[in-house]
Amino acid sequence: MRRLAALALLVGGSLLVLARRRQSQRPSVSLYYDDGSMVTLERSAPGAERLVAAARGALGA
Amino acid sequence: MDADAALADLAEISSQVESAVVLSSDGAVLGSTSASNATAERLAEAARELLAAALEVPTGSTRELVQLEVALPEGSVFVVRDDSHTVAACTSASPTSALVLYDLRTCLRALSDQPESKPPKRRAGAADA
Repeated sequence: MRRLAALALLVGGSLLVLARRRQSQRPSVSLYYDDGSMVTLERSAPGAERLVAAARGALGA
Repeated sequence: MDADAALADLAEISSQVESAVVLSSDGAVLGSTSASNATAERLAEAARELLAAALEVPTGSTRELVQLEVALPEGSVFVVRDDSHTVAACTSASPTSALVLYDLRTCLRALSDQPESKPPKRRAGAADA
């Protein structure tokens, strides 16, 4: 029983680390407004691809 | 404070900013941390494109965009703006976003500060009123 719990912890921990690494590699777009609100665009949101492309242009400058 | 001085301060206080550019309200480059004009212009062009793209995002209200961040695996790009200036900066991957945005807003405030006006020099022998 103890071995099973340790194995579950090991597998679960590894999956969590992999999931976080994958998330950090995804492009993220955040827009901040004068009323204090913030919008985070998903990849499928209108304009997100254009923003990501423009940012790549800036990083390549 | 002029753009070069503000950018020099930004480079000093923010270790995460790798390159930055200051634009006027009409998009002209006022200063850059890059030694090359071509590099500064490319960064400025990208900043203008980022703002244009961000302004087209439907928000459903009359709120105004003041800053944006695009985070990519290869690095992040930040743009902050007010009525008279825009500051754009590039950082390495996974920066401390809130800190970078704070430093960029500090730079923007420095740009908006009026230069200190020197008191007029008194001529020797001028009679006091």
